Amino acid sequence: MSAAVQAQTDRRPVLEMRHISKTFGAIRALQDVSLTVHAGELHALMGENGAGKSTLMKVLSGAYRPDPGGEILIDGAPAATGDPIKARAAGIAVIYQELSLAPNLTVAQNIFLGNEPRRFGIVDRDQCNRRAAEIVGRLGVSFSARALVSSLSLGERQLVEIARALSTNARIIVMDEPTTSLTSRETDRLFEVIATLKAQGIAIIYISHRMEEVYQLADRVSVLRDSGYVGTLERADLNASRLVSMMVGRDLSAFYKKDHRPPGEKRAVALSVRGMSDGRLLKNCSFDLHHGEVLALAGLVGSGRTELARLIFGADKRSAGAMELDGKPVTIGSPREALDAGIAYLTEDRKELGLFLDMSISDNISMGVLARDARTGGFRDFTAADRRAAKAISDLSIRTGSAQANAGSLSGGNQQKVLLARLLETEPKVVILDEPTRGVDVGAKSEIYRLIDNLANKGIAILMISSELPEVIGVADRVLVMRDGAIAGEVTASEGEPLRQEAIMELATGAAQK
Amino acid sequence: MTDKTTGTTAVDQAAARSRRLRTAIAALGMLPVLVLLAAGFQFINPRFLTGTNLLIVTQQSSINIVLAAGMTFVILTGGIDLSVGSILAASAMVAVLVSLVPDWGLLGVPAAILVGLGFGLINGLLVAYIRLPPFIVTLGSLTAVRGVARLLGQDTTVFNSDLPFDFIGNGSVLGIPWLVIIALTVVVLSWLVLKRSVLGTWIYAVGGNAEAARLTGIKVPLVLLFVYGVSGLLAGLGGAMSAARLYAANGLQLGQSYELDAIAAVILGGTSFVGGVGSIWGTLIGGLIIAVLSNGLILAGVSDIWQYIIKGLVIIVAVALDRYRLQAGART
Repeated sequence: MSAAVQAQTDRRPVLEMRHISKTFGAIRALQDVSLTVHAGELHALMGENGAGKSTLMKVLSGAYRPDPGGEILIDGAPAATGDPIKARAAGIAVIYQELSLAPNLTVAQNIFLGNEPRRFGIVDRDQCNRRAAEIVGRLGVSFSARALVSSLSLGERQLVEIARALSTNARIIVMDEPTTSLTSRETDRLFEVIATLKAQGIAIIYISHRMEEVYQLADRVSVLRDSGYVGTLERADLNASRLVSMMVGRDLSAFYKKDHRPPGEKRAVALSVRGMSDGRLLKNCSFDLHHGEVLALAGLVGSGRTELARLIFGADKRSAGAMELDGKPVTIGSPREALDAGIAYLTEDRKELGLFLDMSISDNISMGVLARDARTGGFRDFTAADRRAAKAISDLSIRTGSAQANAGSLSGGNQQKVLLARLLETEPKVVILDEPTRGVDVGAKSEIYRLIDNLANKGIAILMISSELPEVIGVADRVLVMRDGAIAGEVTASEGEPLRQEAIMELATGAAQK
Repeated sequence: MTDKTTGTTAVDQAAARSRRLRTAIAALGMLPVLVLLAAGFQFINPRFLTGTNLLIVTQQSSINIVLAAGMTFVILTGGIDLSVGSILAASAMVAVLVSLVPDWGLLGVPAAILVGLGFGLINGLLVAYIRLPPFIVTLGSLTAVRGVARLLGQDTTVFNSDLPFDFIGNGSVLGIPWLVIIALTVVVLSWLVLKRSVLGTWIYAVGGNAEAARLTGIKVPLVLLFVYGVSGLLAGLGGAMSAARLYAANGLQLGQSYELDAIAAVILGGTSFVGGVGSIWGTLIGGLIIAVLSNGLILAGVSDIWQYIIKGLVIIVAVALDRYRLQAGART
């Protein structure tokens, strides 16, 4: 252990990527990028979606071979490129956003999947469990190596992935947006594990869009933009505006946009929700949402925000509760009825619940209004669909070569804009946005904020679920905080007194009651 | 920033281009196979590419293509219909039985279609509203409807040597058999529904992402009911075609394992087994490949036993292609 600690302090470069370029046909995906990572450091890699982070990591993991001239040195010695097996043997492990575990197997089985310790050609189950327990112990986690992965939370599964990396003696671990689906407690747990790994001299390349995490964790931050390397900041030089301008190449002084609605102004109630319960988590949720208002629904992950949104939208069955839309009672039993009534919902999980990845952008945008556009006999009006798509692509600046390209070919931010476009095509009066900027790069984020602002100015009532407090503060007029399936309270701004993060956190955690 | 935009667009375009290429390969990929097979069989037996024989091939494939068209609808939603062979048998029984009614014999055709539609809708109701897995529902109806087919004729073969609609099975217009005309009409109508109608887009959407379709306001159960209804209806039409061809129907033997040929045609045609991707033209080519294989192997003098083995291997290779295609198309 002492050797490892020493390794951490002498800043020995464990990995040097030099002059890495990667072209696909005529397209430059990476242009002369160099990256040096020291043993025991957490090196954050930032940049907008499409900046080249993933390509660089694929070159590192051997999935792509860099163009001639680029080289990768591990411990100062040139390493093979373009060979995933050799890369793994050299100590490189990548933990992807989409976890790749077999839920029906135990933690130990997953850790040694494809690499099982054998005796006489048969999997040595005892050794497997023993060694897994040892590795899991090194991470200091609470679950057993014999537990089934299906019984673990998402955060715990991520730790299993890390354990798997450790089982192959990885010395460079790449984490791609590891906290996206973690609760705050799980995130803390992960950060503790990261500290443990660093103390063992393991280098971590950490890809994240979340500034707070980068501040908290990073020893150094490298920024990519437009397939090229922009620069590296030491921890001491970290500074939000500098990072953002490095990433987007422009100053984002007005990042959040909320310049129209004086706080405290009362407007007509658009949606009135009374006594919503689902018989499981949600208990008696009531609130009013006004026209032209952005109401944020804050709370910890698991507090019931998405569940409440789905109940309002008719996606799940409610056990009790009533709603009024513009003063008239409405009963909504299905998403179709919600859309017909003028309530639209943007899902938090765009790939699983939102997009049709194999269908065109045009089809994706028009999907909710096909019947409205149809010609006699139920035939498609492709002209209408193309018109809607062209308008949405220019209005929301969706970056694509063609409206006929598959939605799956778009980057995260542009996929989100496609979903927003689909939602707007239904001409809703009430819009529920569930984590509208999750996994979206900085540039697209500010565009989405501008869009939300425009919608509110048009008098549309917006309910926005968000786990990012700066976003809640920056975008919302009023904040409802949920805790344990109930609405714990409301935070409002008043003249000269903006929304306070602390007030929201107190309600969300229950600290206010003590 | 400008560089970035053009860069991303270029990457997107390249991705879109390679994706389109893959889609084209998936749809057309089997056409060269069909041509190669035909050329190969012609080399072995010069009688293969004669007008008479090609008419036999298309005629033999027509019933399977009709079943496979219905199967395409179902598989596009990510489902499966194992019951089409049994529904075909029951419908053929009904067609012959009704044809025996004096003066009303022509009603055998609509009766067969309605019976098929009825069974298809029962499948659809169970899948869409009771939410049972399609494999299990149609496995059940595969067996149950087979029993119904046998029951209809008291487990005997029913004949009608004076079948009023026998032109369907044996007649032709301008030298083109009615069976072929019907099959092609079904394919064209299926294409219209799948690619030109709102419902067709919904079918692809449900197969691509059922939960997203529901949240988009698409009535997923109705779409499912429709596709199983279509599959049953076309199986009923297949029953009428089959009865018209044979002047007879047998509840026990008719349509045995037809569902497998239909599924094989769909998969050979490049339709993804998980739904959301595929085309009716591919199914047409898939159906022709199966017919060419059967006919060509007979002309080549291959024994019945080896025909089975070879056809089976072709299906496995097709599924392997499906996997490969999905992997190649996988998003990162």
